[in-house]
Amino acid sequence: MATPAAPAGGARSGAGPEWGGFEENIQGGGSAVIDMENMDDTSGSSFEDMGELHQRLREEEVDAEAAAADDEDGEFLGMKGFKGQLSRQVADQMWQAGKRQASRAFSLYANIDILRPYFDVEPAQVRSRLLESMIPIKMVNFPQKIAGELYGPLMLVFTLVAILLHGMKTSDTIIREGTLMGTAIGTCFGYWLGVSSFIYFLAYLCNAQITMLQMLALLGYGLFGHCIVLFITYNIHLHALFYLFWLLLGGLSTLRMVAVLVSRTVGPTQRLLLCGTLAALHMLFLLYLHFAYHKVVEGILDTLEGPNVPPMQRVPRDIPGVLPAARLPATMLNATAKALAVSLQSH
Amino acid sequence: MAEAAESPGDRETASPRPLFAGLSDISISQDIPIEGEITIPMRSRSREFDSSTLNESVQNTIMRDLKAVGKKFMHVLYPRKSNTLLRDWDLWGPLILCVTLALMLQRGSVDGDKDGGPQFAEVFVIVWFGAVTITLNSKLLGGNISFFQSLCVLGYCILPLTVAMLICRLVLLAEPGPVNFMVRLFVVVVMFAWSIAASTAFLADSQPPNRKALAVYPVFLFYFVISWMILTFTPQ
Repeated sequence: MATPAAPAGGARSGAGPEWGGFEENIQGGGSAVIDMENMDDTSGSSFEDMGELHQRLREEEVDAEAAAADDEDGEFLGMKGFKGQLSRQVADQMWQAGKRQASRAFSLYANIDILRPYFDVEPAQVRSRLLESMIPIKMVNFPQKIAGELYGPLMLVFTLVAILLHGMKTSDTIIREGTLMGTAIGTCFGYWLGVSSFIYFLAYLCNAQITMLQMLALLGYGLFGHCIVLFITYNIHLHALFYLFWLLLGGLSTLRMVAVLVSRTVGPTQRLLLCGTLAALHMLFLLYLHFAYHKVVEGILDTLEGPNVPPMQRVPRDIPGVLPAARLPATMLNATAKALAVSLQSH
Repeated sequence: MAEAAESPGDRETASPRPLFAGLSDISISQDIPIEGEITIPMRSRSREFDSSTLNESVQNTIMRDLKAVGKKFMHVLYPRKSNTLLRDWDLWGPLILCVTLALMLQRGSVDGDKDGGPQFAEVFVIVWFGAVTITLNSKLLGGNISFFQSLCVLGYCILPLTVAMLICRLVLLAEPGPVNFMVRLFVVVVMFAWSIAASTAFLADSQPPNRKALAVYPVFLFYFVISWMILTFTPQ
């Protein structure tokens, strides 16, 4: 007599911890979103929190299964049982959705924790590494140590993006397809990631002792020279000054990277291949950044070549515009070449 | 017999209350706990609490949210070391500010020639992805702040720059010239410094003490990019 009541009561209380446990997970009422805010973030690594959450989920899953097993023993027939089952199925589906979201959040969080050791730096370390990136080392007989961190390189790439944006805005650069910000970000990140991967691949071919992380860090810190040069020459529009800085600061940072790579490679051919490629790409990138996004220089050059062109001379050929994303480089290179020719003729 | 008497009783009583099904059968004694039935009215009362915010008028809801947003605006404009932005974070304020900024920064002309200005989507993406990047960076550096709290603070601290945008728009109605530019430069620089001060006041406590500079630098870059977009905006 009391037996039918008991499973019914069991159904109620079976639904109770199921629903109650679910409500414990959601804060802010009524949604299946696991809010990461309310996970206790005060520990350095949150693996313990995630483990705790997982444990709780597993316990509640066990409880839900036990409750479902109890309920299935009870009233399964009739209208009552059907309605009870429907609500239980809905609860079950919501539970599954919540669990899926929890595991997704867990995997996202785990990915962030993978990167955490690469950001473990002090400001003094970053400062010293920035300065060291401009000083080429003399000792190439044993492998030089490369700091494997990602904070400095990432901040330098973002700084380069900001400086590029500043330069493009100053010169009223017109971008045909795409946006200013997209172009700047694409160029800088593309260079950093793409050239790092390419040089890593070459290093693999040439049997050099360098890992991908170290290559990323090396090239990232090598962008410090680029940042300085571009920052100065986007504000002071002197052509000769740019060439001087290109050779001096660009050259110093390239020499540093080349020296580190040489110290980690064996064999003259391999050293030449690897370091030649890196030097060429690094220096040409600085040249490209200056000329592709800076239009003001063109006006100065137009005033240089005037009516004093002598009749018999070799006219430099127009360089076809193959560089992407701006229609200026062809004009720029042509103007530069013409100015060089004029200045050479005038001597 | 008890079971036979029970089943018609079951069908007669309301079917969503199977708990009452066995009541007609049970003789009341001291052992039977009556608290089980008392919890049901309690549950319905809590359901009434939940639906009370659902049943209120839309105006009430909007005014309440707007008041919360306005209170946080005040906290940003006069930055003190307070926890309001961190404790009850919301993303309405950043959304309103971002949309306002992006709308005002849009170039009026649609022709492709002078297309060098930022579009709505560009500003939107810069603000939100910049904020996400800074948040990830501060978390990776060992910060104590949660993801959405950091987004909330960074979004709210765009308010001074939005005010600068409004002022620049008004100043640009006057005739252009170097004085015009100097005024706009001054306003943008002051608001930029204010934004950085406000966000540092909220975010600095969450970082380990020796790494504050590492966490503040990307915030500086982020607001610099936004300030640069505001300063170089010229309506065509």
